[in-house]
Amino acid sequence: MNLKIALFGIAREIVGQPTLEVAAPQGQSAGGLLRELHVRYPELARLSSLAVAVNNEYAADDTLLQERDEIALIPPVSGG
Amino acid sequence: MTFFSPHFLSFLSLIHIDLTDQPIDVMAALQSVEADGAGAINTFIGTVRNRSTGRAVVRLEYEAYDSMALHQLRKVAEQATEQWPMLQRVTVVHRKGTLHIGDVAVVVAVSTPHRAESFAACQYIIDTLKQVVTIWKKEFYEDGDVWVAAHP
Repeated sequence: MNLKIALFGIAREIVGQPTLEVAAPQGQSAGGLLRELHVRYPELARLSSLAVAVNNEYAADDTLLQERDEIALIPPVSGG
Repeated sequence: MTFFSPHFLSFLSLIHIDLTDQPIDVMAALQSVEADGAGAINTFIGTVRNRSTGRAVVRLEYEAYDSMALHQLRKVAEQATEQWPMLQRVTVVHRKGTLHIGDVAVVVAVSTPHRAESFAACQYIIDTLKQVVTIWKKEFYEDGDVWVAAHP
């Protein structure tokens, strides 16, 4: 399946584009996706934190991803 | 057909959330939490400071993941109304885009019957907003720029 991932802030700058399409096996988890992206973009691993959001909620590592999900990478937030 | 109880509807109208690329109207935010049952209105106004970690700040840029930021802001406000059921109204407005020194970046306004809960709820909302809401701040200095809190 193909996952479309929205990127924000420093994650967008590291990857160099606002969205990313990743081919993933069925049953890919949020944690699995992060590990793959850390390999592909080692600078992501240097961030204080990096979360995966699925459909506007923070996803646990074992959350399974679906092709229709709205997925985003969430680097350390700094609003306020 | 879905039925909502009158209580549920009034709960919804208690909370006002906004994310805007226009200057925040602070007085409008304050007026939005006025309520007959309120003896206290408490407001936090976050503004852009001219220094950060010892460097002179020229401007800030806020970037937001809008749909998630609005959803998470509403959740934070709802958590506050669960923790402080006496809350009359809650308004949270956050700015995005380019801001300069002194500009208002965020307003949290709450109203309660008595003052103690208004301080506690207002502080809970701004503190939790900073932890979970998907907004990112980039500081621009004379000689560079940094995404705040990105690296350890």
